[in-house]
Amino acid sequence: MTTQDQHWTKSDRQTERERLRRRAGRRSAGVATASTVVFLVLVGILVVTSPGWARVQATFLSWSDFRASFPDVLRGFGANVVMFLVAEPLILIVGLGVAMLRGTKTPVFFPLRALAVLYTDLFRGIPTLLLIFLIGFGVPALNLQGTPSDPRVLGVAALILSYGAYVAEVFRAGIDSVHPSQRAAARSLGLGQLQTMRFVVLPQAVRRVIPPLLNDFISLQKDTALVATLGVVDALRQAQIYSAQHFNYTPYVAAAALFVALTVPLSRFADYLARRAERRRAAGSTT
Amino acid sequence: MSLLSIEGVWKTYHRHPVLRGVDLDVEAHEVVCLIGASGSGKSTLLRCVNLLETVDDGAIHLDGAEITAVDADPDAIRQQIGIVFQSYNLFPHMTVLENITLAPVQVHKVPRRQAAEQARELLDRFGLADKAGEYPDRLSGGQQQRVAIIRALACKPKVMLLDEITSALDPELVTEVMGVVRELKEGGMTMLMATHEMGFAREIADTVCFLDGGVLLERGTPEQIFTAPEQQRTRDFLSRVLESRRL
Repeated sequence: MTTQDQHWTKSDRQTERERLRRRAGRRSAGVATASTVVFLVLVGILVVTSPGWARVQATFLSWSDFRASFPDVLRGFGANVVMFLVAEPLILIVGLGVAMLRGTKTPVFFPLRALAVLYTDLFRGIPTLLLIFLIGFGVPALNLQGTPSDPRVLGVAALILSYGAYVAEVFRAGIDSVHPSQRAAARSLGLGQLQTMRFVVLPQAVRRVIPPLLNDFISLQKDTALVATLGVVDALRQAQIYSAQHFNYTPYVAAAALFVALTVPLSRFADYLARRAERRRAAGSTT
Repeated sequence: MSLLSIEGVWKTYHRHPVLRGVDLDVEAHEVVCLIGASGSGKSTLLRCVNLLETVDDGAIHLDGAEITAVDADPDAIRQQIGIVFQSYNLFPHMTVLENITLAPVQVHKVPRRQAAEQARELLDRFGLADKAGEYPDRLSGGQQQRVAIIRALACKPKVMLLDEITSALDPELVTEVMGVVRELKEGGMTMLMATHEMGFAREIADTVCFLDGGVLLERGTPEQIFTAPEQQRTRDFLSRVLESRRL
């Protein structure tokens, strides 16, 4: 700071400029508010005046059914959370392992590398629900000693296989995005291939892929509901049970609300990280 | 035998020859400057010495051992050679101190504390003591390049390769990087450097080599090359550079 800075007072021209900017800002905020209110009112009127609204209100938005079913749905939702928490770290390990295998150049690893390519091609191609069926019903049918028969374990295994393939591709994109000059610098210091990967490439790659990884996690949180098809009693299954008994669909809304409550914070966190990365790029970092 | 000897090295990219039989010897404690137009093969030659490129013919010996041998261990060879790039290539996710200590700790198995101590000594010597904890993107280009030199130096190389290390810098930052190189020379470091800074080459080099179209056309003392070049192409190159006021 120089003394000149401290004695600087804004010129009239600048004061006027800022006044005009503030006025324009207030105007656009006003327009945004007004259009939002009008839009919501219109949608509200459209829904409430529709001929079936009374029926919908009774079957989907019944407060008494909501209260009666909520404890069960919430307990079922606990199963979703557990499946998610177990699957997530394992997916990260599988994804990272497959991505790194695809990046190796050592000839010894050729069969493993080929296997990694086959794995991603195959499991990205199979719809998750189909994979859950195949593993959930197929593995117990083998009647092999020692294979798990708990549908939760099999369902989670299917999710890991499916999402592992996606996450592997995300990691691979991150690894490829690290500029070759970084590898050259590391190798020129005498670091071996693995050391270069571990200390130079991966730390930069992982930082870059956190936002897309979070996106996959959000998707995974929802897809834990697919495991209900194997008979696991989760939030969706609980809602099904209740609605079958009471002819009311409100528990589905309750389950949906629970999933949204879980994913929204993660979505906002992903947005925050993406924005932060954007700011860093704008600030002109070296790579 | 010379510390570094390059014999008849050829390198082609997609059939386009970049180096066409280059012979060059660098003695211990000697500073050799490579000059020549862009695309004359200066950087490629340095990358071949550091095994970042494989030669297509010829051989390179370091300290009597052939480093271009098929069974040579590139990691072990690179540990004896320091290289500094035009674009610094610091690791952006590591602090200055971590950048410098990475190779000593992971490759040379120096205890972490000792490596940090040595790194601080080097930073202190080159006027960067207060930057140890900073990340590279907080430093100026000149500071980043000095850190890159220190990072290479921390591995105690037998020879340093400098690849146009001032080309990406603003003019007022060039001098601080040159100062570091000057100090390395006083310390007796063997250096092979590609440069566009003719004035600096003239001041610091023991030997200047003019590369043209992948051929080492002329070699001599700075006096010979800059005042009485024998080859017409060398004269042309120097007058072109002089015109653009780089000399």
